[in-house]
Amino acid sequence: MLKFLLDRDTWQEVFDSLSKNKLRSILTMVGVWWGILLLIGLLGSARGIENAFNRLFGDFATNSVFVWGQSTGMPFKGFQEGRRVNLSLSDAKKIEENVEGVEFVLPRIQQTKMIKRNFLSGSFRTAGDYPLLDDLQKKKLIHGRFINQNDIDNHRKVAVISDGTYEQLFEKNEEVIGKYIVIDDINFKVIGMFERGNLNLGPSTDVHIPFSTFRQVYNTGDRIGWLMITGELDYDIVQIEEDTKLLLKNLNDIHPKDTRALASANAGKEIGKVTGFLKGMQFLTWFVGIATLIAGVFAIGNILLITVKERTKEIGLRRALGATPFEIKRQIVVEAVFLTLLAGLFGVISGGWILIALDHFFGQGEDAAIVNASVSIGVVFLAMIILIILGTLIGLIPAFKATSVKPIEALREE
Amino acid sequence: MLKIHQLQKSYAIGDSSLHVLKGINLEVEEGEMVAIMGSSGSGKSTLLNIIGMLDEADSGDYILDGLPIKNLTEKKAAVYRNKFLGFIFQSFNLINYKNALENVALPLYYQGMKRKARQEKALFHLEKVGLANWAKHLPKELSGGQKQRVAIARALAANPKLLLADEPTGALDTKTSYDIMAFIQQLNNEGKTILMVTHEEDIANMCKRIVRLRDGVIMEDKKVNQVSALQYV
Repeated sequence: MLKFLLDRDTWQEVFDSLSKNKLRSILTMVGVWWGILLLIGLLGSARGIENAFNRLFGDFATNSVFVWGQSTGMPFKGFQEGRRVNLSLSDAKKIEENVEGVEFVLPRIQQTKMIKRNFLSGSFRTAGDYPLLDDLQKKKLIHGRFINQNDIDNHRKVAVISDGTYEQLFEKNEEVIGKYIVIDDINFKVIGMFERGNLNLGPSTDVHIPFSTFRQVYNTGDRIGWLMITGELDYDIVQIEEDTKLLLKNLNDIHPKDTRALASANAGKEIGKVTGFLKGMQFLTWFVGIATLIAGVFAIGNILLITVKERTKEIGLRRALGATPFEIKRQIVVEAVFLTLLAGLFGVISGGWILIALDHFFGQGEDAAIVNASVSIGVVFLAMIILIILGTLIGLIPAFKATSVKPIEALREE
Repeated sequence: MLKIHQLQKSYAIGDSSLHVLKGINLEVEEGEMVAIMGSSGSGKSTLLNIIGMLDEADSGDYILDGLPIKNLTEKKAAVYRNKFLGFIFQSFNLINYKNALENVALPLYYQGMKRKARQEKALFHLEKVGLANWAKHLPKELSGGQKQRVAIARALAANPKLLLADEPTGALDTKTSYDIMAFIQQLNNEGKTILMVTHEEDIANMCKRIVRLRDGVIMEDKKVNQVSALQYV
């Protein structure tokens, strides 16, 4: 078989009979070409959109939930309804120790503060934070660094500010690192500046200072604003959220059925919706692509069947001249596979062009809708293998049809 | 060379069956040139097709060059056809997208001959029919007579023991017919055994023996004085 495929005569025969009717050969190929084009184009776009989402989420810990206290909605254990719930550092510790599947618990506190610098001032959301925040919610630092453990241990008066804050408090192109800003009459040294991304999950912050410093200078004690909890990879973040809330209700004398006392935002759930949508889109892409491919291959089979009908006489003659039925079948199957593969190849190339065009029009810049729209080589090979298999199978139908007619009947046909 | 004994063949037409050959006995020696004649429906084409292994008899014996031709698989039949038989058809049956040389080389391709040897041999046979200069032309660029010459070259290419011609001059005008017949006679003189179906008396008389069929039986089988086609050319 290999010798047959490497033989020049084989391809001469295929080329002859296909180029004999160029228009028909081209029309035959359109179906498969279109199928592959769709498959590559759609898969590439789906990948591009996925990439765009991934870029948007960045290094944000996607398996995370925020929990904060509000006021109670039910009276409990002698406390009246409407009592303010304040979460504390010890709550954070207990969650870390008791809730299954918790990876990190990050307490945060945030207040809106008046910040001044020289003659410029404004009110900014100022948060007391731990270095861990930078790991869970990757900050895009343009200058300097984020808060570190030393800052926490030494209660340093340092601040990491957002680009927006910088624009309000500093002159254009002014050096920022090492400069001082005044937060509620206390001087803080700026040690870093970060860029606010496109997507902010959880409350956004303008200025970060060490948690220990915040607690000391603003006298907040053990009080915290909210907790950010991340789950281990294998654990369901929704379950963690429920367990955490139950524990917190216990610790803070809240009625177990009170739905108002604790609020939460589950990033994992939200992001899960998006990734689920992307998965669905990918499935749809494969489905549409493969279905179109099959339709295309059937079109090839159909046309080859007509071709065989038209070539009955030629096939009869070839048999009279000594072609065995196997040789005839082989010829037709090779023609089918060749047409399918050629069409597939054109499809891959033009699909690639479409992706290049998509990238050109929608893939440029920071907040592109489609990032790096592409299809892996593996997918292309898989598509080609599917084409070879389908082409062979579909080629067998006209091939058997061609040899089912006796040579004499074939020759007699006018 | 060729022995046929009590050959029977019938075709099913709807519910009834048509008995086409009703026990044919025929022997052909090497070097003979036999015309099979008969009116339409006499079974002459069927007989030729069975001899050509394009069709199969219902019963009876057919021995070609000592080989019994019976219950052949399609594959075996193909190999025998290629090895023993050369076909010449009324409508030439050239493949229209192949040039003259490629058409002649086709039986050699199915013999598994290498491309180069094949083309040389095909060209040799084209030369023999006087069409070497037309080797690269497509059938549509050739006249009827030229097409039939290409077909004859093709039939000769595999060096068959027996040439089978089904109304070889049926689609040609008289002059061209005689031209082709002269050539076939020359082949016969060189030793080729030739069997041809025709319904034209003048063409039949250019053979050495005439077998007349009517209603599926041989009515007459006689040697004739061969008329040379050359005198008309």
